[in-house]
Amino acid sequence: MTVKQISVFLENKPGKLADFTDVLSAQGVDMRALSIAEASDFGIVRIIVDDVYNASTVLKDAGYICSITKVLAIEMPDEPGALSRIIRVLGNAGVNVEYMYAFTSSKKGRAYMIIRVADNEKAIDVLKSCGIRPICQDELSEL
Amino acid sequence: MERYYQPDIECASREQIREWQSERLKNQVKNVWDHVPMYRKRMEEAGLTPDDIQSVDDLHKLPFITKDDLRDEYPYGLLARPLNECVRIQSTSGTTGRRVVAFYTQHDVDLWEECCARAIVAAGGTEEDVCQVCYGYGLFTGGPGLNGGSHKVGCLTLPMSSGNTERQIQFMTDLGSTILCCTPSYAAYLAESIHERGVRDQIRLKAGIFGAEAWTEEMRHDIEEKLGIKAFDIYGLTEISGPGVSFECCDQSGMHVNEDHFIPEVINPLTGEVLPDGEKGELVFTSITKEAFPLMRYRTRDICILSHEKCACGRTHVKMTKPLGRSDDMLIVKGVNVFPSQIETVLMNKGYAANYQIVVDRVNNSDTIEVQVEMTPEMFSDSLSAVSGREKELVDALKAMLGIYAKVKLVNPKAIQRSEGKAVRVIDKRNLYKQ
Repeated sequence: MTVKQISVFLENKPGKLADFTDVLSAQGVDMRALSIAEASDFGIVRIIVDDVYNASTVLKDAGYICSITKVLAIEMPDEPGALSRIIRVLGNAGVNVEYMYAFTSSKKGRAYMIIRVADNEKAIDVLKSCGIRPICQDELSEL
Repeated sequence: MERYYQPDIECASREQIREWQSERLKNQVKNVWDHVPMYRKRMEEAGLTPDDIQSVDDLHKLPFITKDDLRDEYPYGLLARPLNECVRIQSTSGTTGRRVVAFYTQHDVDLWEECCARAIVAAGGTEEDVCQVCYGYGLFTGGPGLNGGSHKVGCLTLPMSSGNTERQIQFMTDLGSTILCCTPSYAAYLAESIHERGVRDQIRLKAGIFGAEAWTEEMRHDIEEKLGIKAFDIYGLTEISGPGVSFECCDQSGMHVNEDHFIPEVINPLTGEVLPDGEKGELVFTSITKEAFPLMRYRTRDICILSHEKCACGRTHVKMTKPLGRSDDMLIVKGVNVFPSQIETVLMNKGYAANYQIVVDRVNNSDTIEVQVEMTPEMFSDSLSAVSGREKELVDALKAMLGIYAKVKLVNPKAIQRSEGKAVRVIDKRNLYKQ
């Protein structure tokens, strides 16, 4: 009940991000979501794609350092307070969010959040007990 | 009027110097033959006995020793006196964690400090002067050497050690320092800071004694102009004693080697052949008066030229140029000796690939060192704090090995240029040896 996120090491220099997106577009890889965490000299780009194997192979072949991490993808109504409810559930259960980022899809009125926690199993149990079911990798392509 | 700390020695005739050198060399050879097994073994291997060394003309017969020998004999192997006669150690950073440790008897400390006193007097120092020493104190020889020399001259000595520029400038203005001893890059930095604070008119400096790293003539003029001083170069190395092995006089045309203590030779680094005056080669020293840690024909790896030309200052001791380069890959960064192999060791220990590049630069007159390391899949993760944490771990490990801060820059795999054959490990943007 998780999705696979690809994280990529990029130098913090003009043009490096464009090089990266060029590689993906040249191979026809469509990104569902993207976020960047930056340090002074480098950044970590995290992406969500439908076909993880294909995208990671493309990136490795182009010489990038990647790592694949299982993260939670949560669907919610696109309305004020929806995110708060979910985060509150996790917070009350003592689950710490390391980072998260949002994306939308063609489904009207729905929003999605990628959430990285240390213990996926525990987070899934907590969410399920409140009636929230994280999305699986296979479900991504239907969004 | 030129002043000397020890005029009878510093202006002695060449014949007199030769006589001292021959006598002292003979004694030193006997001394190491009797007390240091490594020297005896090396001499025996070369088919020599102490009787083969009758004067300085025979010096070339002795085998060389190198920094590797010092490491192999660490810590006590080259000691020529019982440990209970030694009163001090000083040390340099060394490769792969093993340092070079030099031992001093009281006599050795005194002769070292006398050499520094000669440098201070040559720079115009008298007992009226206030001498601010901002070399590091501790195992590094810079601070202790000039501190001792300043005492011997009778200057009021300010043992500031390095860093804390705010305090340096405050003491300099409040106590009216007249002589400044530090690395040239720190002198340039101090000069900038003094101008920024607008306190130039409260500075009473007249001379600076700057060493422990390479610097250019442009840098000298810049410091002289900004601080209104005359800037003197000083040279030395811990293995031989410390700063003051040679020093500049008012003529600023090379550094006089204290030849009554240290015999210099310049050799072809490939063949070992001794080169005549005016030819560029590797500098070799023999310490003929040291008791505890005498080095015989020690290869410094510094490239320079010797000159016996008569000097306008009246001193008769041979002059050496500033080091014009190195015959090994050692870098001097912020006055600290750095070998690429030290950095490689840290990277290997931490599991990084051996693909790295060291970029040395001088920014605002201060040396910077950056180690570029190629990222590996093992080192990477999706967590920024994890990757930054690894980066910091590397910075800390480098600091522990080198003794100075080195910036770590993680780069893409294959970002570091591969060259045919020998890898380009070091990019030194400072151009220090440009003459």
